[in-house]
Amino acid sequence: MGESAAAAKLSRPSRASLAFDPGEVRQQFPIFRAPRPKPLAYLDSAATSQKPDPVLEAMARYYAEYNANIHRGIYDIAERATAAYEDARRRVAHLVGASSPREIVFTRNSTEALNLVAHAWGRRFLEVGDAIVLTEMEHHSNLVPWQLLAQEKQVELRFIPVTGSGELALETLPELLADGRAKLVSVVHISNVLGTVNPIAEIARTVHAAGALLAVDASQSVPHCPVDVKQLDCDFMAFTSHKMLGPTGIGALYGRRRLLEAMPPFLGGGEMIREVKLTESKWNDLPWKFEAGTMPIAEAIGLGAAVDYLEGLGMAEVFAHDRALAGYAMERLAEVPDLVMLGPPADRRGGVVAFTLGEIHPHDVATVLDDEGVCIRAGHHCAMPLHAKLGVPASARASFHCYSLEEEVDTLVRGLHRARKVFAR
Amino acid sequence: MSGMEDLYRENILDHYKHPRNRGTLEHPDVSYEDANPLCGDKIRMDFNIRDGKIEAVRFSGSGCSISQAAASMLCETIEGKPLDEVKKLSRDDVLEMLGIELGPVRLKCGLLALKTLKAGVYGLPQWPGEEDEGEVEQARATDFSGTQPANGRREGHR
Ligand SMILES: Cc1ncc(COP(=O)(O)O)c(C=O)c1O
Repeated sequence: MGESAAAAKLSRPSRASLAFDPGEVRQQFPIFRAPRPKPLAYLDSAATSQKPDPVLEAMARYYAEYNANIHRGIYDIAERATAAYEDARRRVAHLVGASSPREIVFTRNSTEALNLVAHAWGRRFLEVGDAIVLTEMEHHSNLVPWQLLAQEKQVELRFIPVTGSGELALETLPELLADGRAKLVSVVHISNVLGTVNPIAEIARTVHAAGALLAVDASQSVPHCPVDVKQLDCDFMAFTSHKMLGPTGIGALYGRRRLLEAMPPFLGGGEMIREVKLTESKWNDLPWKFEAGTMPIAEAIGLGAAVDYLEGLGMAEVFAHDRALAGYAMERLAEVPDLVMLGPPADRRGGVVAFTLGEIHPHDVATVLDDEGVCIRAGHHCAMPLHAKLGVPASARASFHCYSLEEEVDTLVRGLHRARKVFAR
Repeated sequence: MSGMEDLYRENILDHYKHPRNRGTLEHPDVSYEDANPLCGDKIRMDFNIRDGKIEAVRFSGSGCSISQAAASMLCETIEGKPLDEVKKLSRDDVLEMLGIELGPVRLKCGLLALKTLKAGVYGLPQWPGEEDEGEVEQARATDFSGTQPANGRREGHR
């Protein structure tokens, strides 16, 4: 989304204007139809989303009707499988506004996509003394691959600090880039803990002006809001299917074509080669150069169906819904004594609300909530440095998607009052 | 989902709200801190050891009710006991003290104090119970057929 579009979207959306009914949407997710002693209040969509019928059906249909390996067989079902797999890539490319499906590489998840950049781009193009700029709010998967690379290549890691309100101190960025040694900046789009929406297009301008590249961890944005790689002007972008109503086991890396073309392969094996001799090989074209071995075919097809489903709802609508619910949650959570919310105000965040509840450990909070049928995340959410910075060992987090309801937030709030009673000292 | 009443039994909440042996020792013979990186629980234990006995023990740190209650119970149990007797304390002994079954994640909370004790006093740094895994047996015993997901309330294997 462009900066002006982003600004427009950040005014508090009214729930009345929603084009879809989350209660109806919910009925298309079998997990919510399954009978249970207490209705499921699933508030952990930032960890993984639930899956709607069309996704599960698309995967089952592949296995039942045209299961075959792709890019190899020349018989009918193999051709159908190949077409379905490549069609999924086209849908993903369309969703994020890539110039061509060749700019979409299927990976296992966001983590693998970021590791791909670290290995294939970082190992080839970084030299001793170069620097990589990250932020203090990164998920471990946008931290550890760079740490490994930094050790191997003797590259320095620099960090954009996080402010007290849980936003990036972007005024530090020009300074971090000033000596010209930083070759890559890698930033999370929407924080999985704070919900902060980082101004990627603005960051891209600063980064490119300094001659560096920009990678974006879009794990929490592509599933929830309109994302257009051209408007963001990023060079790489990682995202993961299981958070966007699709199956686990597949994710994607977007990369600018000329960058991907210049990079050596990531993993070696079948499918990623054009010609193999005993001691050397020629690489396949993009994107298959980066897709070694048999890929998760059913999962790619499921992801394609998930993209369809999301586009059917409308990404702007999904974001409006998530953000309205986060706003509602913040209002209700403010009623709970001793509860402290982390991160920026509602008008500057996505559908994520992390908090602490007095001295009660988040695991204890989550256990009491579990008893009420409420699923939330408790811990450091794979962002230990961020929690260290915020001065809390762990937090509890509620997060939303298109099927989330205000009633679930109400159940959450009731559970929190109960947790306070149970643990009152 | 009758889990919560089980998990937060009276005795656990009592030890959590009124911890025994909480604090530090002025001149500990052994002081050891350990952590459970998964939840950020931290426990430090101070020991005075005299004539082959744990003469005094105190714990400090922060964490969930299970980890804090387990530390409190463990300290109460071992104070004044001979070292060779304390060394025999196992994962199952701690679970018996707690009187509950713990899923794989919370199990570590329950065992952190015992781990700290064993590492500090006996130089045994492993998670109690992980010395003999039996993962394969456990996998066989897991029932994947039910529609209700196993919610980890049974005794975990980690
Ligand atoms: C911001 C962010 N980055 C990366 C990831 C990693 O996603 P995956 O585990 O699918 O690779 C997550 C999800 O846990 C996330 O929230």
